Amino acid sequence: MITIIDYGLGNIRAFANVYERLNILVSIAKTNDDLKDATKIILPGVGAFDFAMSQLNKSGMRETLDKLVLEHQLPVIGICIGMQILAKSSDEGVSPGLGWLDATVKRFDASFLKSKTQLPHMGWNTIHPNNDNPMLVNISDDSRFYFLHSYYFQCNNPKDMIATTEYGIQYASAVNKKNIYGVQFHPEKSHQWGIQLLKNFADL
Amino acid sequence: MLRPRIIPCLLVKNGGLVKTVNFTHPKYVGDPINAVKIFNEKEVDEMIVLDIDATAQNREPDYGMIRNLAAECRMPLCYGGGVKSMEQVERIISLGVEKVAMSSAAVGNLGIVAQAAKVVGSQSIVVVMDVKKTGRGSKYEVWTHNASKPTGMSPVDFAKQVENLGAGEVVINSIDCDGVMKGYDFGLVHEIREAISVPITVLGGAGSLKDIAALIHAFGIIGAAAGSLFVFKGIYRAVLINYPSRAEKDALVIHGHQNH
Repeated sequence: MITIIDYGLGNIRAFANVYERLNILVSIAKTNDDLKDATKIILPGVGAFDFAMSQLNKSGMRETLDKLVLEHQLPVIGICIGMQILAKSSDEGVSPGLGWLDATVKRFDASFLKSKTQLPHMGWNTIHPNNDNPMLVNISDDSRFYFLHSYYFQCNNPKDMIATTEYGIQYASAVNKKNIYGVQFHPEKSHQWGIQLLKNFADL
Repeated sequence: MLRPRIIPCLLVKNGGLVKTVNFTHPKYVGDPINAVKIFNEKEVDEMIVLDIDATAQNREPDYGMIRNLAAECRMPLCYGGGVKSMEQVERIISLGVEKVAMSSAAVGNLGIVAQAAKVVGSQSIVVVMDVKKTGRGSKYEVWTHNASKPTGMSPVDFAKQVENLGAGEVVINSIDCDGVMKGYDFGLVHEIREAISVPITVLGGAGSLKDIAALIHAFGIIGAAAGSLFVFKGIYRAVLINYPSRAEKDALVIHGHQNH
């Protein structure tokens, strides 16, 4: 079953609603016990890096998640700050991240941005899929997603980037290595494009 | 390409949706959850929901309502109304809201903006400035408590301060233009736009999609918010929730965007 991690940030209910409409069973995990039937994991998130890490550590699920993702290799997708904490560290905070991906999180350099409005990167933008990853089935170059962030995910291995977005620079808006996925945007808040992406995750 | 945002703004009073004119004469227009369901179908870019009673009545935000709205919204949600403490900001984020708006709390205690931005991140902290032209020189001034309390602060200075403290977005809400539907106050937007570089959303005055196109044409990537325009139809202000179709939106975004 797809299990959504409830660690006190991110819109758990919005993910559950999308999957209910798709007739796909989901569960919500607040404790280790709730992770027993997980076959896929969603790590949602809205917030700052250190806050997200401290909430996840406080939830008591950290070790079990490490085991499920790294040893049992369950598919996992991190959303927004849930993606950023997959990295080793972030310019935004001092806490170490989960370190599941070889990446760091950087602040956008505002001097690259031409527009008067700069940061956060806020609103609807397009993504450019750069290979035929199963997570991006039926997602074309003109698909739009909602972004809300001032920091971006920098992969040390460029092969991990499966889609990029342009905001001053081309940066990784979707990543994948083995069973681990991350998207910078909010699929749960991106109308039918987001629903397609969440369906793709369910179909993995 | 990042696109400008076109945002319905819903006002909540006694649990129902209302629309005001110059912050007065609230007219009941329906049920908030129903409105969100209709806006979902219309694929709106984002929603703002402001509880206009909470601060005036000095009460807590209605967490049950916020939870229901956040769960129902298939687009990002910004909630404002009665938010004055860190605990409230964290609680509202935990209910699944993407952005929390503060207004009078930020005026009274700038520290809350800095603290909230540090904990939940700048991208989720919005400051709403209710602005009115006052005094002999017709100067812009920030007001609070449903336009009943002047603060003596200029919107430009206030916007700069909250940006420096970490606010990720400033909503400019024109009291003079609210519900009048004769266009946005470009002079006010221009002053703020020159002063800060975080995203700006403009509320108050939109009477037609042309007003929105004009705002995008003048300012490029900006949030164009509206209340009356998206809940009323026709000169008799019949309640009918509406929003530009994807094609209409593309046309006004692309047309308006050519300058930028």
